[in-house]
This record gives sequence, C-alpha cells and structure tokens, in this order.
Amino acid sequence: MQALVIVGHGSHLNPGSSKPTFSHADTIRETGVFDEVREAFWKEEPSFREVLRTLESDEVYVVPLFVSEGYFTEQVIPRELRLEGWDVSAWDSEDGVSADHATLKASDVEKTVHYCGPAGTHDSMSDVIVRRAESIAGDPDVGEGFGLAIVGHGTERNENSANAIHYHTERIRDSGRFDEVKALFMDEEPEVDDVTDFFESPDVVVVPLFIADGFHTQEDIPEDMGLTEDYRTGYEVPAEVAGHRIWYSGAVGTEPLMADVLLERAAEAGADVSGAPDGEREPGAGVAGD
Amino acid sequence: MNAPQLDAFVSSASAGIEFDDLTVSPTDDRYRAEIPGDRLETDEKGLRKFAEENPWYVSNWYYWTRAVGPAGARYAFLRWIERADERPVGERYEALSTGVSRSWGQLRITASLGEDGKRRYALRHVDDENSTGLESYSDPLAARELVKHDDRGRYRPLSTAPTLPTGWEYPDLSGDDLVRTVDFVYPATVENWHREREGELDVTHFREAAERQSGIYSIVSQLSVEELEAAAETCCVDSHCLKRRQWDEDEETALDVERGSGEFPCREPCSLFITAARKFVTLGREDTRSYEFDLTPTEKEQIEEIIDAVAEGRTDEIREADLNEGANRYRARYLRARRLEDGELSGTPTYPDDQA
Ligand code: SF4
Repeated sequence: MQALVIVGHGSHLNPGSSKPTFSHADTIRETGVFDEVREAFWKEEPSFREVLRTLESDEVYVVPLFVSEGYFTEQVIPRELRLEGWDVSAWDSEDGVSADHATLKASDVEKTVHYCGPAGTHDSMSDVIVRRAESIAGDPDVGEGFGLAIVGHGTERNENSANAIHYHTERIRDSGRFDEVKALFMDEEPEVDDVTDFFESPDVVVVPLFIADGFHTQEDIPEDMGLTEDYRTGYEVPAEVAGHRIWYSGAVGTEPLMADVLLERAAEAGADVSGAPDGEREPGAGVAGD
Repeated sequence: MNAPQLDAFVSSASAGIEFDDLTVSPTDDRYRAEIPGDRLETDEKGLRKFAEENPWYVSNWYYWTRAVGPAGARYAFLRWIERADERPVGERYEALSTGVSRSWGQLRITASLGEDGKRRYALRHVDDENSTGLESYSDPLAARELVKHDDRGRYRPLSTAPTLPTGWEYPDLSGDDLVRTVDFVYPATVENWHREREGELDVTHFREAAERQSGIYSIVSQLSVEELEAAAETCCVDSHCLKRRQWDEDEETALDVERGSGEFPCREPCSLFITAARKFVTLGREDTRSYEFDLTPTEKEQIEEIIDAVAEGRTDEIREADLNEGANRYRARYLRARRLEDGELSGTPTYPDDQA
C-alpha cells in the first residue's frame, strides 16, 4: 500500500489557509492511484507529528505544499515527522530550487517515508503559473502584448524564497511566451507596489507565488499595487493602474493544476502513479518541456 | 448471514475457528463446533446446518475477521463502540438490534445491525441525539468543512475544543468510513487511544517538546514551571480541550493541573499550546510596576468580574439589561466612560517614566 501525505502550513487564525491542501488532496484521491491520501499541517490537525500514525500504508510519499526550500521544508517538517538521519544534503540542492527526494524511516512508525522537495520549486510549477495567467486573462493563448509579474514574499526567515520566484521567472521568460516576465516582492526590491514601473506592456498579469489566499494576497498586494484603496470594497479584473491594465489572480497555490505538481513530485520519488489521468495539463501550453 | 459468509465459514472451519463465543475445530474428517449452550460433532453438512441455526455467530465472525480486520486501531475502536469485550455475542446482537451508542468527545456514535450481520454506524453531535431535521451527510471528507466553524460561526483552530457544531448527521456509515470520519473530526485520536490501550502511547513531555522547537518558538523552553502550570490550566482543561493531557513537565515532574476526563489522550503539547506558551513567555518577561488608580470598591470588583466572564467565555450569557452583573455591557461601557480617560485606566499612564 502507498500513501500520499500533503503537508501544508495551515493557520490558527485563517480558516481558508488549509483549503488548497484539501482541494488538491481531493483531486488526487479521485485518481485512485494512492491507497490513502491525507493532509497534515503545522498549525492545524492532524499535525505533522501525528499524521504518519494515522496511515495504514507502509510506503508514504510526503510532499510539502510550500513555495520554497528553507526553514519549513529543511528543518521543521523532517524534525516533526521524526525522519531519522535526515540531512538536507540528501536533497542535493545547492541552489535552493533543485530538491528532489530522500528516502528515510520515521522513528515512531514502521514505514518508509519518501520525503519530496516542495511543490513550489518543481519545474512544472512554471506551468501552473502560466495556467493561472491563462485563466485570469480568460485566454488560453495569453502572452503576446502581455507582461507577467510573479510575486513573492521576499526576505523573512527564508533565504530561498526569492530563489523560487527567480527560478520560475527565468524559465517562463526563456519560453518566450510573454513579452516581459518580472519577479517582484512584497518586502524587498523590486517591490510589487511599483508594478507598473517595471513593465512596458499595456497588460500585466500578476501572479503571487503563494500557496493559500490570505492577508497578503487578498489585502496587502491589491492595496499595495493600487488596485483598490480598501480591499473590502473589492477591485476590477483587469484594473487600470497608471496606464496599464493589471490582471490580478490571487494565490497560485489554489490553481487546480497544482495537484499535478504534487503527483509528479511523488512519482519522481518512486510512487506508482500509473493509471492517473493526465490531469489538466496540456503539454503544449507548458514550460516544463521534458 | 448470507451464502458467501456461510461458504467462507465452512471453508475456514478446516483450519479451525476461534472467535468471540464461537469455536470450530476439525477432527479427522469431521468438525467439533461450540457456542454457549450448544456443542456438537458433525460432518460438513451438519456444520452448515449448525451455522444456519446460529447465523449471528457466523456473521459476527465474518464481520470482524473479514469485513473489518485486521486487528489494529480501527478494529479495536469499532469493537469498543459495541462493547464487544464486555458482552457475549447473543446479548450484543440483541443490543445492536435497537442500537448501541457511545460518546467520543462530543461525537455520538450509534452502532446497529445492517444486512447479513454487518454493522452500520450513525454519527452526530452528542447534543443532537434526539434532534430531528439534521443535515444529512455520507461522504467522510465533508467532515473537514463541517467541523471547521462552531455554532457561532467562529473558526475552530483546535479540533478537540468542546465547540463542535451541531445540526448534522451521518446516518449510515460503514466501519471504515466511520473511522475515517472520526479521524477528520478528531484527527489521530483513535490511533493514540489505541496505542494507549496497548500500553504503547509515546508521550513527549513539555521540556522535551520545548527543546525541539526552533526559530521563533525556541523561547518556549524558558517557561517556568509555574507558568507551565498556568498555561496547562489555560489550554488543556475540559472546558477548552477534550483531550486528556498525558504529558507533564517531564517524566519525573507531574503538573498539578487536572488532566481532563476525555476518552482520548493528548500525547504532547499541540501547536496551539506552543503558540500560546510563546506568548506567555514574553508576557512573563515583563517586570511588574506599581500604579495608583482611583476606583470605587465596586469598580474594582467589576474589573474582576469582567476578566472572569471573558476568561470563561460567559459574556454572551449575560443579559442585556442585567445591570447587577459587572460584566454587563452597559456596566462596562459606563466604566469606560467614567474611568478610561484616553483609553487609560483612571487616566494613569502605562509608561509614566517614558513620558517625562
Ligand atoms: S496540548 Fe492541551 S490543548 Fe493541546 S491538544 Fe493537548 S490537551 Fe488539548
């Protein structure tokens, strides 16, 4: 038997924070490729500490629904799951965006745990960002005449968070699909506040590389960009800002295609996902061409 | 009992069966079968007849060993629900025919007999035991959203807080789905309860859990034992959490705070506790100061009553016009109008030195 555990941050304050984890778990459950699929959270239950014992499977694939490598994926999750002998070098990721997977034992259960890199740094995440741009623009061919801004939190505790943003920015830029692709941040330069300064294209799709919608994506970013004075009054999509049309999408982590990224992470770590439908992906639209 | 159950029974008989009150053992090319009050030696035909005359014993054996098995947390939990280890099969089936109920936190679980001796389980809030017109569900996954907010619409960050919403029911679950649903309502409780019954509950005491914390949480290890007691009394008593606290300061040092009377154990400080503890450490670091206030004796008492009402979550129960209650809203507003000049009690500055 094989199980998939999707681990997310969760929140003591915001009930919406665990929603993307639930919905991607449900999508994967429906494929039927795992005997068990379970969600676990840092701030909600089941906690990382207890999730493994609720499973019957001996082979467990753990995929963090996090944006980047760093404090959570390298320290908190492996420690809380009691992964014996974990060392971040097992992921072989010096640039902070190349984590793959490591196979370990958890000390409180008799199970083999395949611990995968975070969803946010997987190559196919670039496709999810593009898909998000398509759906917010309502155009499956969106690109020409459009700029794309990928927004990250910026510094905090996590030195790698910007790396993930830059990584996908470069990949999508290299694909040549959009006229311009830029990385912007909430808490460091270049800042999302000045979004229109960074683009010549009249239309700019803004995709925050966040897992869940919350204060940042629903309140701070729309206000910072000048889409609205007060997030409670809402805003148009697209909204006019300084001569540009801003197409704002909310957290990319809520995009249904994310389920495919999680599945791919598990498959690369050895999970048997044969029989899974090809998901929502249209390889033609993608960036992750392999 | 149905035909497949009967066939499974007969084909297992040659390897011997011993389950609940039923024993079958092969003897040469015959069988010895026994239930309370009846015992015979017979051939296969006779064994079939015996089974047909005692269908409960066969379906009971089939349900537990084929439908539910293997033994483990789920098995033990479902057995516990129908008190399988306390009652002989006959008595149990009689009870199941009208339904056997057990409480699990604020859940009420009722087991009854389904087709061919299988069980069906109903699940609802304990307070809804006699309610009608409940919203009916069948998908265990729905429970995740169902229990996310309390009856007042507030988000429930702690799944075992005694604020489970009412008004819903799962009228007909299989054993598997019952356990999954319970796991969505009270995650990992069945598993930890089972480990505890088996004498294998792995408890992580506070000091050890605190040592493990990193980043902004590493300061929780500075909580003094007095502060830890206050924190446990704040978070872990029945009025706030239905888990029975099994962790202490460390292996040698038990906390004086009551553990709670819940059915399922708490094996280590939860994330909400750690978050609260972090706040308590920073609160505890502040030095006290002396302030001088002018309050009437009744006003002083009123402040005490307000703190108590908020801490106990009683503010909603205080009637709008009950002016004798210190925590009544009119009383509180009047106190504020009279005594909170610029938001400071009796006009006394919080940081008098800093203002100089
Ligand atoms: S630590 Fe306290 S509040 Fe948290 S689950 Fe255990 S008993 Fe409940």
